[in-house]
Amino acid sequence: MSSSKDIINGLKDGIPIALGYLSVSFSVGILALSSGLSVFQSAFMSLTNMTSAGQFAGISVIAAGGTILELILTQVIINLRYALMSLSLSQKLSENVTLWQRFVIAFANTDEIFAAAMSHGKSLTFPYMLGLQCLPILGWTAGTVLGGLAGELLPHAVSNALSVALYGMFIAVVVPAARKLRPVLWVAVIAAVLSCILYYVPAFSGISTGISIIICTVAASAIGAWLFPVDRED
Amino acid sequence: MIYLYILIMAVVTYLIRMIPLTVFQNKITNRFIRSFLYYVPYACLTAMTIPAVFYATGSLASAAAGVAAAVILAICGRSLVTVAAGACAAVFIVEQLSVVLF
Repeated sequence: MSSSKDIINGLKDGIPIALGYLSVSFSVGILALSSGLSVFQSAFMSLTNMTSAGQFAGISVIAAGGTILELILTQVIINLRYALMSLSLSQKLSENVTLWQRFVIAFANTDEIFAAAMSHGKSLTFPYMLGLQCLPILGWTAGTVLGGLAGELLPHAVSNALSVALYGMFIAVVVPAARKLRPVLWVAVIAAVLSCILYYVPAFSGISTGISIIICTVAASAIGAWLFPVDRED
Repeated sequence: MIYLYILIMAVVTYLIRMIPLTVFQNKITNRFIRSFLYYVPYACLTAMTIPAVFYATGSLASAAAGVAAAVILAICGRSLVTVAAGACAAVFIVEQLSVVLF
């Protein structure tokens, strides 16, 4: 198999992901702008981070003037799932993939790229993974820039509406899984209840957004793992 | 200062993705840890959404409409982009209606 064919196959598989990213990162750009980041800063963040939930939480921590420790903790907890995905991905890489190529592939192992890579029939070559990641990285960064630029021009009503896009995407991930799997529903309900308690109960008003996300995530996931251990290999 | 924060985010995120892909290549066997990691995305996305989403727009009513639209579309199995767009549309419509009606 020629490597140029692999790159082209990767690029093709990346097109739908890139289009999805273009629209979702648009709202990341708007959110970043309304949180006090410049368009260049938010584009730089998207290009170097490639993660919706992580950037979202990071922007919240920055906007709230959180500490660096809080920032690191938030990123570790929220992005921990990528460690699991990288582990799975490493099992499916072709034997020819060298160590430095693994360093490159690791950069944009997002939820969607991981899903596409795992559904690819054959073992994964470096050219394929390179092709697969190119357009989504471009789409994610370009969408952030467009969102940031448009955010300055758009009427308030429109930017209000677009600010729920990212939440809509989160809902689109959780709801179908919760509907299919009862344990996921319970974990989501526990996380929502805890999050509301930390948000509304005055005694917890000193807890920042980042710390609250960490507490809710760790507690709900631990309760889930304790009550409903997962046997399947995903 | 913001650039320092962005760089730290990037480095942490990259390390999380890179280390398992290069150093540890064994499967996680501990069932509790595997289950915990399995639930993390759902717990974390839910905690980030609720209750914050209800204060993300101009009014509680428009935000609630956005959430309702997203949940219904997600239950119907629509794609990520459709669900997100539906939520935005619902917020926009409710905000325009409330301007007209009140």
